[in-house]
Amino acid sequence: MSEKTELAQQFIHALPHARELGLKITRLGAGYAEMTMPYDERLVGDPQTGVLHGGAVSTVIDTCCGTAVMSHPDARGITATIDLRIEYMRAATPGQSIVARATCHHITRNVAFVEATAVDDDTEVPVARASGSFTVGEA
Amino acid sequence: MARARPEPVQVVKQRRDAALSALVEGVPYVRFLGIDFDRRGDELTGVLHFSEKLIGNPMLPAIHGGVTAAFLEVTSIISLSWVYLWPDIESGALDLSEVTPLTMPRLPKTIGFTVDYLRTGLPRDAYARATVTRQGRRYASVRAEAWQDNRDKLFAQGSGHFLMPPAVSVADD
Repeated sequence: MSEKTELAQQFIHALPHARELGLKITRLGAGYAEMTMPYDERLVGDPQTGVLHGGAVSTVIDTCCGTAVMSHPDARGITATIDLRIEYMRAATPGQSIVARATCHHITRNVAFVEATAVDDDTEVPVARASGSFTVGEA
Repeated sequence: MARARPEPVQVVKQRRDAALSALVEGVPYVRFLGIDFDRRGDELTGVLHFSEKLIGNPMLPAIHGGVTAAFLEVTSIISLSWVYLWPDIESGALDLSEVTPLTMPRLPKTIGFTVDYLRTGLPRDAYARATVTRQGRRYASVRAEAWQDNRDKLFAQGSGHFLMPPAVSVADD
């Protein structure tokens, strides 16, 4: 793990809810982040199948998007979500970790635009796809 | 012919509250976040009970945006389920007093959900209400609003489309 990734992971670990979900940064680039969330029975949305709740998938995607923004060379300080749209394309397979990947594809003085996907072990069809905008500089 | 006597109030309340808790308490993630529902007749208000583990930004501090999104989505799904199950709960066709998490009715599935973040989610309880704007046999559309101290100052709003569970006895419009 690079020094930058490790610093970012320390930051994420300081966020109580991210720590609670066990979120880990696995890759970090300029305006790019990859984050995993381990399967956890507390996050199940359908007790009959053990499928994770969409809200938990939203949370790893939102955190990953924010991390991608903060890792952009033009970003200043922390960021906050302005809006986030998520499409749930299929149920996540019970027992498997969720891997979110987010790219900040454009950034202005005030707004960062981000796209993300989330997969489980099957990387062919995403579990979810998202796009959103985030604050830049003072929230 | 004389009109049937109205049911005793405690019978009505018991039936509705048992149905609501069957829908809400069976979902582990809803318990994990600390969400429950206030009921006034058929109107539901989601309550997100604050706890430290919901914090996303410890500097402000603020509720995690993902938690806010989840709260709106949970409120939407429960409110939508409540609307479409209500006639069967009231008629007695559906008895939820004995169901377990493994036998509870299937809930609608989220197709897509959009959240607008309007203000910082403060470290205290939050409330949300959802309106079913369109309910069909296969698809439904829901809007939701969340606030904290002041009902008129929303901290987030959301809207989503949902896939209804199969074999619900509701006609498409």
